[in-house]
Parts: sequence; structure tokens; C-alpha cells
Amino acid sequence: MLIDALLLQLGYNATLVAIGATLLGISAGVTGTFLFLRKRALVSDAISHATLPGVCLAFILMASFGGDGRNLIGLLLGSAVSASVGLWCLNWLTRNTRLAEDAAIGSVLSVFFGFGIVLLTVIQTLGVGRQAGLEGFLLGSTAGMLWTDAMVIAVGGAVTLLLIMLIRRPMTLVAFDPEYAAARGLPVSKIDMAMMGLVMAVTVVGLKIVGLILIVALLIIPPVAARFWTERSDYVVLLAGLMGGVSAYVGAALSASAPNLPTGPIIVLMSFALFLISLLFAPSRGVLAAILRHFRFQRRVHMRQGLLALAQGQPIYEKLTLRLLRKRGFVRADGVSTDKGKARAAKALRDEHRWAVVRSDQAHEAAAALYDGLRQIETVLTQDQIAEVDRQIGGPKEILA
Amino acid sequence: MLDLASSNGQVQQDQGLEDSPLTIRGLTVSYGQKPAVFSVDMTVEAGKMTAIIGPNGAGKSTMLKAALGIVSPVSGQVKVFGQPLDDKRARIAYVPQRASVDWDFPTGVIDVVLMGLYRELGLLGRLRGDHKAKAMDCLDRVGMGDFATRQIGQLSGGQQQRVFLARALAQGADLYLLDEPFAGVDAATEKAIISVLKSLREAGKTVVVVHHDLATVSDYFDNVFLINTRKVAEGTVAEAFTADTLQAAYGGRLATAQVDQLALALG
Repeated sequence: MLIDALLLQLGYNATLVAIGATLLGISAGVTGTFLFLRKRALVSDAISHATLPGVCLAFILMASFGGDGRNLIGLLLGSAVSASVGLWCLNWLTRNTRLAEDAAIGSVLSVFFGFGIVLLTVIQTLGVGRQAGLEGFLLGSTAGMLWTDAMVIAVGGAVTLLLIMLIRRPMTLVAFDPEYAAARGLPVSKIDMAMMGLVMAVTVVGLKIVGLILIVALLIIPPVAARFWTERSDYVVLLAGLMGGVSAYVGAALSASAPNLPTGPIIVLMSFALFLISLLFAPSRGVLAAILRHFRFQRRVHMRQGLLALAQGQPIYEKLTLRLLRKRGFVRADGVSTDKGKARAAKALRDEHRWAVVRSDQAHEAAAALYDGLRQIETVLTQDQIAEVDRQIGGPKEILA
Repeated sequence: MLDLASSNGQVQQDQGLEDSPLTIRGLTVSYGQKPAVFSVDMTVEAGKMTAIIGPNGAGKSTMLKAALGIVSPVSGQVKVFGQPLDDKRARIAYVPQRASVDWDFPTGVIDVVLMGLYRELGLLGRLRGDHKAKAMDCLDRVGMGDFATRQIGQLSGGQQQRVFLARALAQGADLYLLDEPFAGVDAATEKAIISVLKSLREAGKTVVVVHHDLATVSDYFDNVFLINTRKVAEGTVAEAFTADTLQAAYGGRLATAQVDQLALALG
């Protein structure tokens, strides 16, 4: 069943949902990355919650003029208008009052959402139009998705991606160093506004599938997960798009493979799974890598200190140090150093002297920056450079008796 | 200590006062009700190194930011090479305080320098080999060539500062504005930066530096601009950097012994 779903064999509606969700996931991941890099990820939460009053007002308006209150394009337009109002309020609050952005986000988010819920309740008592299903915008509902709905999502997602391609350079520059960008004459606040506009577009487009409460997850989780794997912003963008797309596709397929599985929440859980994998297993930034690194570091410190102690004929009391030295055959069981240990210890001491020269010489700055008291000098200098350093020291020091 | 010969020697560049690289008239900037900079005039002399000096919170950085349009002034006028700022942006390079950015941003050293080529690259221009070569050259000039492929998160404070300077160099500007480039950097970095700045001056460029170390002012700079919200003094080091002007700018905040010492050093 799941295989069928993944291969788009579960019928027309499931296929539409899967394709629409994938496009949404890609554009949300890519758009969200710039928001994340600008450290304004939570603004998307305010934007998404601010869509609700617009959805409701658009419904009331369309229904009272005798139209179909559930026309998707009309509802999305309404949501875009009220999200813009919310965004404007947010910007006004942060710029013209002493309110910090987090407090402004909290205020805008809750007020707009509360107002939306009131309107939703009013609509249910009004009895105009076919109001059933409007609350589907809260958590998304894909059951009755139409061809036109999928097209709206596909076109919206594609246009968003295209625009991001166009302004990715200024957005990255503004995210890294807004003051420098302003000094170069970049319209920083306009670029920020464009970025928020794109976030709004993704939010509005995603209302149908994941709903306004959870869309923030698709905007934030993929970039955060992608950040674990790379140190380059352009790769974060690509990876976040990929992760967003994959989690949306798999999530949509999964929810189609069994009855009564909600699409939006499953997609969010899928992206959370990718986040968890990244958090734990990413090389260098991941949690496991950090723990491993710590243990390796600890052992290298003990080994290094042990060797230096051997070279200088000092006694060693640390159990871990002794164990490590014994394991490598540098000391005997009674703690007396072996010939191999003596040679290795002499080398360690000589390296210390070499490092001292390297670190005091500005010409070796790039190498010196890698000094951590542990690194073998051969990994940062060539044999010729080491020979030169040795000449400065005055030949290998005779330490051993 | 002041090199009079060179200060007369380089004025032959036919630049009248109206063509000064940077002129500021009646600049007032305020965060809230209290002005940070109040009605300040400044005329930067071309081809010279000028230090902006004043106590903490005197509006040094704010003045620089207002000159660059980063903060908008309450009133006042800024002219760059005799023209409005926006017409001459390409000729200014700015080096912000290094603490103003997050150094955990996912990017490499050379990528930061390439940001200096933003105007050449444009929105969609492809990054070519000669762009990279130019960025590498700028990194070499600040002694950071070996760091090109490293992550910015691995840099020390002094190295961060030199990367910022390399980014400004990449712009190939004529006027360089630096905000506290010597704050909290190692001696090697300070030497590297000052020698780059001096080479810019040799090449006829103009350098303006927000500076906090009074002891090095007469060694490093030709001109001094003393500010404490209002302008206190402006001119050559010999004219404007005296015990009296320092007392006026710093008030009681500078120990008298320190002033005497500086006055002694100034002769």
C-alpha cells in the first residue's frame, strides 16, 4: 500500500496531493532558509496565524454576494490581505515602539488568530453558503482537493522559487551583514519585505495542504535540519529544499496509504524525522559526532600529556593516561617506559618546541591557528617547513639520557 | 612625530574643498529623544588618514553610519566627492565593527570577500575565475590568503577583522570608512591593518577610522576629528590633538595623568 502510494498508484486525488505537497515542501524549505539565516524564523508564525481572519472575511464576502464561499483563489486572496496587515502591524510595532520582535510576534499572532476564531464561530451560526470545511484551513485538509487547487499550489510554489533565485544574493548579503548591505546601497528594508512577501506566498499557498498552524514547521524545520550538514549557505538552501520536498512527498504518500491519516501533520512529522536524523548523525555539527569528538579529544589530551611526562621523566598517576600508554605499548605494566615509548615521547617533546616556533612566527599564522596542543605538526607543515623550524630550534634536542 | 613634509606633498591632487571625499553639514542623529550626534560638520581631507576620536557613546560610529545612510539622520547633509551619497556609493567601502555580525553564519572566508564584488556580480552574474583571483589577492594583502577555504566560524577576532578589510579592498573604492578596526585585535593584526591602510594612502585613497586608542593616534593618522556628541576639534594631529582638545572631548573621563602623558608625547 505504501509502495503504491509512493509510486503515485493510489488514484487521482492522492496523486494531486502528493505532487502539490512536494512542490510546496520544496518552496517552503528554500524560502524558510533565508528567514532562518536572517534569524527571523518566528515571523512566519505570525504571518501564518494572521491569515485566518482574511480567510473568514473572504468567505463571508463571497457568500453574501451569492457566490461560492469556498472558492480557493478567493479565500487565498483574503488570507494574503490579512497576512499583509499582520505583517505591517508587526513591522510597525518593532520599528515604532520599544517592543522587541518576539513580543510583537506574540501579540500579532494571538490577536489575529483570536479574531479569526471568532469569525469562524460567527460563520457557523450564520448559515450562509456551504461553510463546512472552512476549519480545514487550520490544519489543512486534502480530502476534496481539486485539479485547480493543485494548480494554484504548483504555480504559486514555482513562482516563489523563481523569485528566490532572482534575489538570493541580496537576501544572503542582508542576512549575513545588514549594515554592510545598507552601506553598499542595498534597499535592506525592501529586501526584507520581499523575503516576507515570499514567506507569505508560501504560507497562503500551503494553507490547503498543511494548514496555517503547521505551515511554520515546513518553513523552519528543513533549514534547521539542513544547517547540520553544511557550512555553506547555498548548500543549506538546496538541502532545505530537498528535505522539504522529500518530507512532503513521503508524508503525503503515507497519509494516502491508510484511511484517516491527516496529510499536513504527517508531513510535519516526516520533516521532524529528518531533523532528528540530522541532529543525531550529521558529521561535525551533529550530537553524536560532538560526543565522539569529545571522547577522542580527551584521549588525545591524556596521550599527549602522558608522552610529555615520559619525556621529562615525571611520574604518571592518571589511570586513563597509563591505560592508553600501555595499550599503545609505550609503557610496561609497571609504568616504566619502553624503547618505543621513549622514542615517541622524544618526538612529542620535539613537536612541542616546533609548535612554539610556529606559533611565535607570523609567517605560519594559518598553521598556528590550527594549534590545539595535540595536533601532529606533520599535518600542518611540509617536511621542508619542519626542517626549517628545526634549524631555528637548533636541531633535535637531546632529552633522553 | 607629525610628518609635515608628506602632509604638504600630496595636496597637488587638484581637489578643492567641494570635492572632498566626504563632507558632513549640520548632521544630527538621534535614537529616541536624546541626540547621539548633534549638529556636526566634518570635512575629510583627500588622500589622508583621519581618526574619529571621542569617549564611549560620543556618537563616533553613529556619525559614520549616518554618513553611509545606514541610520537616517534627523537633519543634515552628506556629500561624497561633492555629490549626493547615492550617486557615489561605488566609491565608498565600509568596514563595520566585527561584532555586528554572527560569525556562525554558514559561509567561507573567500565568500565573505566575494561579497565585496556584489556590484560586479549583480543579481545573476556567474562567479568567474577572475572574481575569485581578485578576492584571493585581497586576502593576500591582509595576510589571510591561507585561510581562504576555512569557515568564518574558525577565525580569531583579529582574523575576522582582516577578512572584513579584505572585503572592503575588493570593492576597489576611493574612500574607506572603518569602524573600530583595532578594537580587541592582536598586535599582528593591528600591524597588518595599519600597513594596508597606509598603502591605501600611498595610492591616493582616503581613509577614515573610528579609533579608540589615543596612544597610537599620532603614529597612525594625519588628521583628527574629536567628537563628543558635538564636534570638539578637527584638523591635523598637531592642531587638533592637544591636551586641551582631549580635555574638552573627554572631560573628567580621561585621567589627568593620561592627558599629560599624551601631551608630553605630542611635544
